[in-house]
Amino acid sequence: MVDKLAHLSRLSFKKEEKQEIKQDLQKIIQFVEKLNELDTTGVEPLLHMSEEINVLRDDEVRDSISRETALKNAPLHDEQYFKVPKVIKPPQ
Amino acid sequence: MQLNHPAERRDGFFIKALSHISQAPRKNWLFLRFFMQEIPQAYEIVIGLEVHIQLSTNTKLFCGDPASFGSEPNTHVSPITLAHPGTLPVMNKKAIEFAVKMGLACQCEIEIDNYFARKNYFYPDLPKGYQVSQHTTPICKGGRVNITVGGEEKNVQLNRIHLEEDAGKSLHDVEDANTCIDLNRAGVPLLEMVTEPDLRSSEEAFAFLTEIRKLVRYLGVCDGNMEEGSMRCDANISVRKKGDPQLGTRVEVKNLNSIRNVKKAIEFEAVRLVNQLERNETILQQTRSFDAGNGTTFSTREKEEANDYRYFPEPDLTPFHLTEDFIEEIRNTIPALPKERIRKYRVENQLSAYDASVLTEEKEFSDYYDALILHTDLYKPAANWMTGPVKTWMNETGNEIGAFPLSPASMAVLISLVEDGKLSFSIASGRLFQKLLDNPVKEPLVLAMEENLLQESNVNMLEPLVEDVLASHAEKVKAFQKGKKGLLGMFVGEVMKRSKGKADPKVVNDLLLEKLNNK
Repeated sequence: MVDKLAHLSRLSFKKEEKQEIKQDLQKIIQFVEKLNELDTTGVEPLLHMSEEINVLRDDEVRDSISRETALKNAPLHDEQYFKVPKVIKPPQ
Repeated sequence: MQLNHPAERRDGFFIKALSHISQAPRKNWLFLRFFMQEIPQAYEIVIGLEVHIQLSTNTKLFCGDPASFGSEPNTHVSPITLAHPGTLPVMNKKAIEFAVKMGLACQCEIEIDNYFARKNYFYPDLPKGYQVSQHTTPICKGGRVNITVGGEEKNVQLNRIHLEEDAGKSLHDVEDANTCIDLNRAGVPLLEMVTEPDLRSSEEAFAFLTEIRKLVRYLGVCDGNMEEGSMRCDANISVRKKGDPQLGTRVEVKNLNSIRNVKKAIEFEAVRLVNQLERNETILQQTRSFDAGNGTTFSTREKEEANDYRYFPEPDLTPFHLTEDFIEEIRNTIPALPKERIRKYRVENQLSAYDASVLTEEKEFSDYYDALILHTDLYKPAANWMTGPVKTWMNETGNEIGAFPLSPASMAVLISLVEDGKLSFSIASGRLFQKLLDNPVKEPLVLAMEENLLQESNVNMLEPLVEDVLASHAEKVKAFQKGKKGLLGMFVGEVMKRSKGKADPKVVNDLLLEKLNNK
């Protein structure tokens, strides 16, 4: 289970870290199981923390930032693009 | 009793021929494509399509960055697009309107209570690590799209249409070492339309997509440009023996960037799958990609990974509820759609199926015709002018009808000049049309007079020309009188030439016959 979650989150852990995470996860599951003791029959699932609905905006261009600013915090970039390690093999 | 039909025996042979070829080197693909036109009678293809429709809103689904295509990379970005911590998305009202509009046009059931969910997966062009989507709770449910293939109508059932945000673009071939990421597209609103596995041939898939492209353009929700990626299609394809209630194992073909390529990919896949069945091979559930270069597909993902997207309601966005009034308001903005216009053209204006279909290819073209027939009741000639000279002008200049310089009123006058016999069609659609395009505010009749283009139907003016032609073709006149009646056309042509195209051919015809028969 730790391995599966690690894979889904694209994270890797050392052996002792895994042990620690395993314990944390067990606590989390125990907590959720505790919540499961409550009978929620007929209770609608909560979709949002506030009572608000229909928070919409008009279709107007605003608030974009410059490319220079956007790229500034990226570990790897040039003047135009964010760069990441190759994600597909080049075609043979 | 022998139940083996001759057709099946032939199919067996067909498959053998194919399996031989498919093992041959690549250059024989062309040869294979020649065979691919038909699938053995005993099989049927089952196709479901997923169409991504990029909405032509000004801004993205959850922030105010421009949603337009073709700008410098990474210039349509904001902290929300970049998924910086602490940013909050806000829904674009227009995108919801467009989704409802599309749903109503496809006769979907519109969901009143809506919310977005997160679909979690990692990919470099997805900055947040999740896509905000309505995958589990679509805004439009069911619905259908009517298509016509080979003269037969068919309703293609839809599963749903839902709203979601697009991902950015990964460019793998800009440089060798890295993949380059452009986030201009990240967050642009999409509709994902999913059909039931209702389509049975590549032609039906072609007709369906053509209809959808026409529909989104009529509705103004998307420009329908597949080459630029504003409409993208994935095809789920399987084959089975006819009559088999179970669906075969399906393959999903991605990367289809034109309607023609969708058709080609389906044709290629169907043959490949039938071929596998005939050889008793197991069909693998695969994701494949289409290579437009040689019209083939290749596997990109062998085993369908057990995807675990961990959907849950997006906590950063409030749910949105639609009212009946809102839906009615949207319904009222839907223009007359192609099907309705075709019916009107055929029934009220007595046009042919061909004319009606050409006129309705683009909404603006059909709108122009509608404006034109407010000025004239010459419906058929008006349609001929639209599908003839006007269409030619559009093709030659590469312009849309919106840039056509002549007003419908002026066009109506031009058409009536021909119908009243004041101008020949060839002069009107050639010289006068050209002059008018150069000088669109000019009154057509005035211009025709100024340019001395009006048709000559005055017998006194034409008689000398006729006499002249007959005198200089004495041999042919004799031949005509001896029975070579086909020469009449030649005489008419000669008179027309001498009148510089201005003679009324009908008057010339009558005059010639009168003279020839009385000699």
